Amino acid sequence: MPEKTEQTETSSDSYEPRIVAFFCNWCTYLAADLAGTSRMKYAPNARVIRVMCSGRVDPQFVLDAFAQGADGVLIGGCHPGDCHYQEGNYKALRRYKMLKRVLDDLGLEEERLRLEWISAAEADKLRDVMDEMAEQLSALGPAQLEVSEEDLEAMSAVEEVTA
Amino acid sequence: MSETAMNGDSRIGVYVCHCGTNIAGTVDVEAVAEFAGGLRGVAVARTYKYMCSDPGQELIKQDIRDNNLQRVVVAACSPSLHEATFRRATEEGGINPYYFHMVNIREHDAWVHEDTDEATVKAKDLIRAAVHRVRFHKPLERQKVDVNPDVMVVGAGIAGIHAALTLANAGKKVYLVEREPSIGGHMAKFDKTFPTLDCAACILTPKMTEVGAHPNITLWTYSEVEEVDGYVGNYKVKVRHRPRFIIEEACVGCLECIEVCVFRRGKTPDEFNLGLSKRKPIYIPFPQAVPQIVTIDPDTCIEFRTGKCKKTCVEVCADRNAIDFQQTETFDEVDVGTVILATGFKTFDAKRIPYYGYGRYDAVYTALEVERLVNSSGPTEGQVVLRDGRKPESIGIVHCVGSRDRNTNTYCSRVCCMYSLKLAHLLKERTGAEIYNFYIDMRTPGKDFEEFYNRVGEEGVHFIRGKVADVYPEGGDSERVVLQAEDTLLGRMRKIPVDMVVLATGLEPQADAEEVRRTFNITCASGGFFMERHPKLAPVSTFTDGIFLAGACQGPKDIPDTVAQAGAAAAEAMALIDARFVEMDPNTAYVVTEDCSGCKTCIPLCPFSAISRVEGKAEINPILCKGCGTCVAACPSGAIRQNLFEDEEIYEEILGVLAHA
Repeated sequence: MPEKTEQTETSSDSYEPRIVAFFCNWCTYLAADLAGTSRMKYAPNARVIRVMCSGRVDPQFVLDAFAQGADGVLIGGCHPGDCHYQEGNYKALRRYKMLKRVLDDLGLEEERLRLEWISAAEADKLRDVMDEMAEQLSALGPAQLEVSEEDLEAMSAVEEVTA
Repeated sequence: MSETAMNGDSRIGVYVCHCGTNIAGTVDVEAVAEFAGGLRGVAVARTYKYMCSDPGQELIKQDIRDNNLQRVVVAACSPSLHEATFRRATEEGGINPYYFHMVNIREHDAWVHEDTDEATVKAKDLIRAAVHRVRFHKPLERQKVDVNPDVMVVGAGIAGIHAALTLANAGKKVYLVEREPSIGGHMAKFDKTFPTLDCAACILTPKMTEVGAHPNITLWTYSEVEEVDGYVGNYKVKVRHRPRFIIEEACVGCLECIEVCVFRRGKTPDEFNLGLSKRKPIYIPFPQAVPQIVTIDPDTCIEFRTGKCKKTCVEVCADRNAIDFQQTETFDEVDVGTVILATGFKTFDAKRIPYYGYGRYDAVYTALEVERLVNSSGPTEGQVVLRDGRKPESIGIVHCVGSRDRNTNTYCSRVCCMYSLKLAHLLKERTGAEIYNFYIDMRTPGKDFEEFYNRVGEEGVHFIRGKVADVYPEGGDSERVVLQAEDTLLGRMRKIPVDMVVLATGLEPQADAEEVRRTFNITCASGGFFMERHPKLAPVSTFTDGIFLAGACQGPKDIPDTVAQAGAAAAEAMALIDARFVEMDPNTAYVVTEDCSGCKTCIPLCPFSAISRVEGKAEINPILCKGCGTCVAACPSGAIRQNLFEDEEIYEEILGVLAHA
């Protein structure tokens, strides 16, 4: 892994969970845009990484996020049947189910990984999911995960089975 | 992972937009820029009031030239608004446009958070992620594809008709597909149109005839789109033609077959008149139908049901032989470059609000039924008579049926106030009855609409501000029903007995809107209507390039707005056609052949059949690839990569957003 040197000031004493959110370009990313245009307010914990489709979310992205210190990962895609690419969200669902098992083996609580279908019109749902996840993760406390490079490699072997 | 693309000496420019106070009001932009300036590889970090303005873009171009920038990051609004702007600026500055990355600190940050510290930390995290990622960006080129000049218009109500005619008159070839036996849509059912009281048929039928006769329009009625394949400029559309059991080319519309049908009178509820009259098994929906071709309904035709009909229709058509009981559905597959969806709306089913008594009390009608009653080509030839033959002496019009109601639809259907006023005027004119409008708010936002409202008030129509809570029979020998509502201006309960109730039903998406949406890959907006690309700046475009929207399929609207939108959709289609080609975003997947093990995992994953196996290795056709990245995520050997969403770019973003702890 490359450097990890740049430091921002750590916000406050109280624990703030850190969420990495992978949002598809056509539904959930736009729902987040709409939430903004509508000036809805929600918890500031998530950092959105835009992908074209939830199907682009490699299970390793999720594992890597946890390995880098995320307390939770949120994947947002189009509703079943509404995928801009027809069925990428189903692939995301399949990988999500696999990841759930892997994360359980790693001792991570179920709430830490979430997959949500949020359409471009559902800004309110996006807000609710953001708030709910931040609240749940706050209650859980920081994710306790120690993953070595070897573990990560072993996990990529798991991935092959479920691709 | 290794840093192949650039080393730590890269020269990155970071630009943080104030967006007036939109961003700067919540995010400490100066602190963010200062922070960005300290990130590895960042040569320049600036803030500017409006990055999208010409001077803002000029800043980028100037820095690329003066400071020899190699990468550009702009933190501003959503990429859906200005990604293209800044890519262009980057390119004009002299480097590849894909050496740019955009950070959304407005919609995703400043506008959704209140605490400046939290919003500022988030902005820094997002910018750090972008700075990390942009180092790995590669120079990319947009691919040009030709645009087929032919257009398909789906739905031939006033929206589809207007769009088709606009295009056809400009010399474009148009396929116009309509599922009903005739074009015309809802507008053909109306008597008059508000607020001018133009006769709907008088203004619509000339356009319908023009469509039917236009050399550039291929009109397919009684037909539906079955399948859509392809991409902008190059769609392949499969259309299914339902059998009407008439050879269309042979039928001249003499209608003699209807005359001689063994059914002396109609027995089937007439769809066009909403069941207020009966039609025969062989019929034409209305006198001005286009095309003038009869249709046989196999569910009620005796020949279809028993095979023992005298077939008087065939006899009378002996010279032309247009009737063909053996006809089956047929298909056509056409190539078009663009599609305009104008599939319209359906009216709210009034039975869903049981206390209004629709379907239970004969006195209760929907507004569309009343449109037919007042129409001189309707079931009563324009005579307003009740189901029991009486002429109404008092009429109640109930507004907002299925609109502005948490139990049904929360949105305002936009047209009901105005058409209620129109019906009030027409009913008053035809019957002289006392007319009571029960409204929540009177909405008349259109040219000459308010004036029309005043006029109807002056004609003696009563207005009661209150939502009708109950409709019940007056009892005794009375045929009347009582409308009960709280008059919120007087502050008391009103119970008004009337002979006739008109329910101003709202507009809803078509019953199969979801299916159509999925066929054409259109995003769903609130209420189930089709979503436009941008509510203000791209109101007829969709997220699927080359597919445009017109009319009420996008949301409730009146005829003037529908026609305006149809013209706009036609213009958008023409802009694509006349450009002759379209540039595709390069976010496609590609295979690093030497890493491919030939396992074939990717091949069934691709919904667009873009991946094939060539000499034991996967190969991706960049024209067919739409860039979802599903195969990339699945490739066990990491041999498939995606432009703009390379693995290392995303890993760097993950690292970037999390690095501050």
